[in-house]
Amino acid sequence: MVAGVLIAIAVAALLLILQPRFLGPVDTALEWVDRILDRITTRSARDLPAAALLLAPAIAILAAFGIFPILYALFMSAYDLGGRGDYIGLANYSEALKSSAFWDCFFVTVYFAFGSIPITLAVSFLIANLLFRIVRARGFFRTVYFLPYVTSAVAAAMIWRFILRPDDVGLANMLLRAVGIDAKGWLLEPRSVLFFLTGNTHLNAVGPSLALCCVILFEIWHSSGFMIVIFLAGLTSIPKELEEAARIDGAGWFQVTRTITIPLLSPTIFFLTIVSVVKAFQAFNSFYALTGNGLGPLDTTQNTTVYIFTSFYVNNRLGYGAAVATLLCLAIVSLTIAQWRLLGRRVHYE
Amino acid sequence: MIKKALLYAVLACGAAITTFPFLWMVTAAFKTIGEASAASFSLLPRQWQWHNFVEAFQAAPFGRYFFNSFLVAFSVTACVILTSLMAGYAFARLDFPGRKSLFAVVLATMMVPFEVTLIPNFRLIHLLNWYNTYPALIVPWCANAFSIFLMRQAFMGLPGDYFDAAKVDGCGHLRFLVWIAAPLVKPIIVTVGLFAFLGSYNSLVWPLIVTGEESMRVVQVGLTVFSLAEGVRVHLLMCASTIVILPTVALYFAAQKYFLEGSISAGIKG
Repeated sequence: MVAGVLIAIAVAALLLILQPRFLGPVDTALEWVDRILDRITTRSARDLPAAALLLAPAIAILAAFGIFPILYALFMSAYDLGGRGDYIGLANYSEALKSSAFWDCFFVTVYFAFGSIPITLAVSFLIANLLFRIVRARGFFRTVYFLPYVTSAVAAAMIWRFILRPDDVGLANMLLRAVGIDAKGWLLEPRSVLFFLTGNTHLNAVGPSLALCCVILFEIWHSSGFMIVIFLAGLTSIPKELEEAARIDGAGWFQVTRTITIPLLSPTIFFLTIVSVVKAFQAFNSFYALTGNGLGPLDTTQNTTVYIFTSFYVNNRLGYGAAVATLLCLAIVSLTIAQWRLLGRRVHYE
Repeated sequence: MIKKALLYAVLACGAAITTFPFLWMVTAAFKTIGEASAASFSLLPRQWQWHNFVEAFQAAPFGRYFFNSFLVAFSVTACVILTSLMAGYAFARLDFPGRKSLFAVVLATMMVPFEVTLIPNFRLIHLLNWYNTYPALIVPWCANAFSIFLMRQAFMGLPGDYFDAAKVDGCGHLRFLVWIAAPLVKPIIVTVGLFAFLGSYNSLVWPLIVTGEESMRVVQVGLTVFSLAEGVRVHLLMCASTIVILPTVALYFAAQKYFLEGSISAGIKG
């Protein structure tokens, strides 16, 4: 039934676009609604009738599938078995905060955020700057750099899983062998990347595992397209005269970037930082698709969202999973507020 | 001159790194299984095996998966455009009590990780008796805070004089929105639509948990299942990945002109 209504809406919209002669009746209908709205609009309520009508669909969906679930998750987190067992107060929370698995996952999330965000920001900033400067083949390069972003994490992960195969057939290992280095386990390698960099076996379990680093690299490859587009948008809004004036005064590329581009792009950088921190803390698809279940070798790629997913679906611990989810939510909100306070002040608005 | 050449060289290197996995995927899709899983650097297949695609299509009901994915993604896109146009306009141009706090609540839904809402939403779907149906795949995604935010920004960028002029001529909010404001923010509509389509078409977890039957599977779920079953037959797996990626790339090409324009100027400059 609902599907029927949805399809009817879609068909109606298509008809409207294709057939201008339907526009007359539509206009009359809109006029009627406007007239009714006008009649019930009062001074005290201002535009409330029109606003209620326009906001109703969006708010209804967001309330049902965005806000209600948060409250419900809060409720679940205070019960054993996620609302079907006994009321246990904050026991789920204290269990999470005391468990080492929770903190391991939290560190995976933090490594992931710190590993992917700065590099993605820097690389995208650089590429956007270069793209902004060229004239020929601009459209081609833009499309190419955006390509990974439009592909699904699942399909892209299929490719990368094959490239990073742990045996001799994998492309990554073939490249290593070509330069005379031993083959690596990549996505199946639980040992720390610090061990591989230093050769010190004491560092085996310190820092992110090589598998996690593969996920981070995948994420950089997959998400830089989005940032490039946003950076390009920001670059176009910078007045050309500023850079020209600086150049006449003898400033080089580096100086122009440091003293003009970066300060004027600071709102864009600020926006991207906040958005990508939220995204990094919510990351799931890359982990799940690359490792098959998100856990990775010795659980070293299990981040907090994978942990929540596993608690829900594998261990069937709904209340506990909901408590961890709430903690993650709190972390995201407080991080966002902290960034707003710390970085927001330095942002230069025109 | 040398500078220009260097610029292009760096960009070309980056482009090669970015596109190499795709290139590898497409060429592997045309190889025989022996070639595709051999330890060799040769990129091009010795002989283009077109029938691989036929085999991949026969190995799993991809036709059905695509039908489901397209139906869901198109419905979601249409609905998201509609709801965000309306809500964005209300938040940008209408004056009503509680506007700021309501907008803050809408934005707050962006902070919540999707996994948090999984179980409650799953229970809600069961309550509505929507398990294994199209509404379960479509309705929860018909509105989102990011699209509303983008639309609101676009409408805020329109000069207020437009509305005043329309009002003098006796044009109400709805007519103004449909005939004047919406056409002016067309690039943003395309951007919102593109993101809605990509988000819906590329989603994995939600379709995975709210559908149980083969006939309701979408391509991403189908691909995951396919990869587990066909993991050893690399060439077929790459065929499947290629055909799953193709529609989004095609759509991006089609929307690209508006999309870039849209993110750049956000409508018009007053």
